[in-house]
Amino acid sequence: MDVLKIEDLSVEIAGKRILCNVDLTVPKGEVHVLFGPNGSGKTSLIQTILGFSSCKVVSGKILFDGVDITHMPINERAKLGVGVAFQNPPAIRGVKLGHIVRSFLEGEGRAARKDIGLAQAVNFPIEFLDRDLNLGFSGGEIKRSEILQMLAQKPKFVILDEPDSGVDVENMEVVGKTINNFLQGRSGLIVTHLGHILNYVKADVAHVLIGGRVACSGRSTKVLNQILKEGYKWCERCLRERGIEGCRKKRRKR
Amino acid sequence: MQEKKEKALKAREKPAALGPDIDLKSFTRDVKSWQRCIVPSLPEDIAKQSLNAGVRTDEKGRAGTYFQIDRSMVSQAIKKAFEGKAEIMSTKEALEKYDWMDDYWWKLVAVDADKYTALAELEWDMGYFIRALEGQKIMLPLQACLFVSKDNLNQNVHNVIIAEPNSELHIITGCVTHPNVQRGLHVGISEFFVKKGAKLTFTMIHNWAQNFDVRPRSAALIEDDGMFVTNYVCLKPVKSLQMYPVAYCKGANSKARFNSILYGAKNSYLDVGSKVVLQGKGSRGEVTARAIASDNSQIYARGLLVGEREDSKAHLECRGLLLSDSASIHAIPELIAKVKGAELSHEAAVGKIAEEQIQYLMARGFSESEAESLIVRGFMDISIFGLPSQLQDEVKKMVDITTARAL
Repeated sequence: MDVLKIEDLSVEIAGKRILCNVDLTVPKGEVHVLFGPNGSGKTSLIQTILGFSSCKVVSGKILFDGVDITHMPINERAKLGVGVAFQNPPAIRGVKLGHIVRSFLEGEGRAARKDIGLAQAVNFPIEFLDRDLNLGFSGGEIKRSEILQMLAQKPKFVILDEPDSGVDVENMEVVGKTINNFLQGRSGLIVTHLGHILNYVKADVAHVLIGGRVACSGRSTKVLNQILKEGYKWCERCLRERGIEGCRKKRRKR
Repeated sequence: MQEKKEKALKAREKPAALGPDIDLKSFTRDVKSWQRCIVPSLPEDIAKQSLNAGVRTDEKGRAGTYFQIDRSMVSQAIKKAFEGKAEIMSTKEALEKYDWMDDYWWKLVAVDADKYTALAELEWDMGYFIRALEGQKIMLPLQACLFVSKDNLNQNVHNVIIAEPNSELHIITGCVTHPNVQRGLHVGISEFFVKKGAKLTFTMIHNWAQNFDVRPRSAALIEDDGMFVTNYVCLKPVKSLQMYPVAYCKGANSKARFNSILYGAKNSYLDVGSKVVLQGKGSRGEVTARAIASDNSQIYARGLLVGEREDSKAHLECRGLLLSDSASIHAIPELIAKVKGAELSHEAAVGKIAEEQIQYLMARGFSESEAESLIVRGFMDISIFGLPSQLQDEVKKMVDITTARAL
């Protein structure tokens, strides 16, 4: 059974083709990694899976647990079990982190007690729950706040957008171990540049996105080692050899 | 007094520098007198409306009450526990009782500033006098209600508030109209005196009618180590409201803080500013404004900081949120430094709710309208006011009700 199945997905943002014929499948219980150079479309792919209105699906579809979510509102996807830890979440004045955390815990009873436990799991003092969302948070605090919300939401499938960027060594361990524990028995898609998070999290498969296309997919350690050794040129060469071009290049040619 | 009358007569036709001009002749001054009574015995419709502006007719949690309906003072009383510590009465009575009232009357606001100040002198309808005696810390708020019960009435009040040396005073003022009132004009002169080492917190809640015009004229004088905090909340539609209160931080280390929350709805025209003049060594000022404009409302959020003394510091922050394409917010911050070493700064941001904020909250499972509501409520977060906790809860409830109704 596949948790996430993306079929032949093409996406435009403000009239520009950003993703081309993307196929990507994450089977239940697997954790996949998404690599790609800056501007390759990683964030756009994530936003499309989440349902952001700026990402216009022009063809293809996204299935979640067998349900077609291609045109579903963001919040309904979240309710089905799509979770996300953003890389650069917006600051929202007056909206408290604790309010969001407790909104997930409501119905489970004793929300007020549980939020404290979760905050401690990511090294936050209780007072941190009274802070305005992402307002004046440091890089590390943003990561931990995103993970805290993920722990409270308990999604079936979680997208982690660069959970290792901007985190100092001390907190990397907290972040890495928390994510690893959370992912036990769950599925996820992790976007990472340097792969630090993979020191803590065992990923099954990696996909490389180049110019809005999936250039290759393979065992995560193998793909990471190749990228670290040869950079993304290796992937671009691979695409060329297979006669495939990035979608934005193709548009320019026309 | 005669001299003031003459000045007022000369300024009778003088339009205000800001805000739409109002034809003063279109209102009535003819209204029945109200009998004096105790506050809990006020009719239920009046009690209910007052509560919407923070004035409790059960007087629970209040140290004293002044209640004026139209042109009549109906009640003025201090609770037993605070007798000899604070005073509350009509300014008419205070002027009769104290010779020294001349030292406070029209001392901070010029009687000939414009036709509204002139009107308040020529057609004066009392107002309240509240005073904390020297060294007294009055921890429960005193409340004052200025109520308009008759349609098309012009009500002109003149208030004087004194915090004597080393005293502490919290005041809630609610200005309200009866549900039957459609239009009218309220002119309110308020002069605040914060003496050496005193602390005065003044929270004013306006709850007017849709076709009502309002012209408050206020000024405060803060002496050495004194602190003046004023919170202004206006959440209901009003035809036009224009005010630009000023705080003169005259004393060494004196402080003034203005907080305001404005919610412009329907065709409201709100022109609200705050001025702080730093005159004392080490004086400090802080102006924080939150403005939300919906429907066809127009909001002018002004702020002026004047640094007249070295080693003085003030900051102005204005944030505006537009909820409608036909509404507008003009944020107009001004800084004037007259000497070296006056440190003045401002930040202003006006815009619509950012799509990325809505999407972020939707990714957490909130619907689009829930996300919008959360953002708007968050924007109106009154914890920035630093109110005493009970008062904060009351004001928060009012803000929440308005926001819920508006969204």
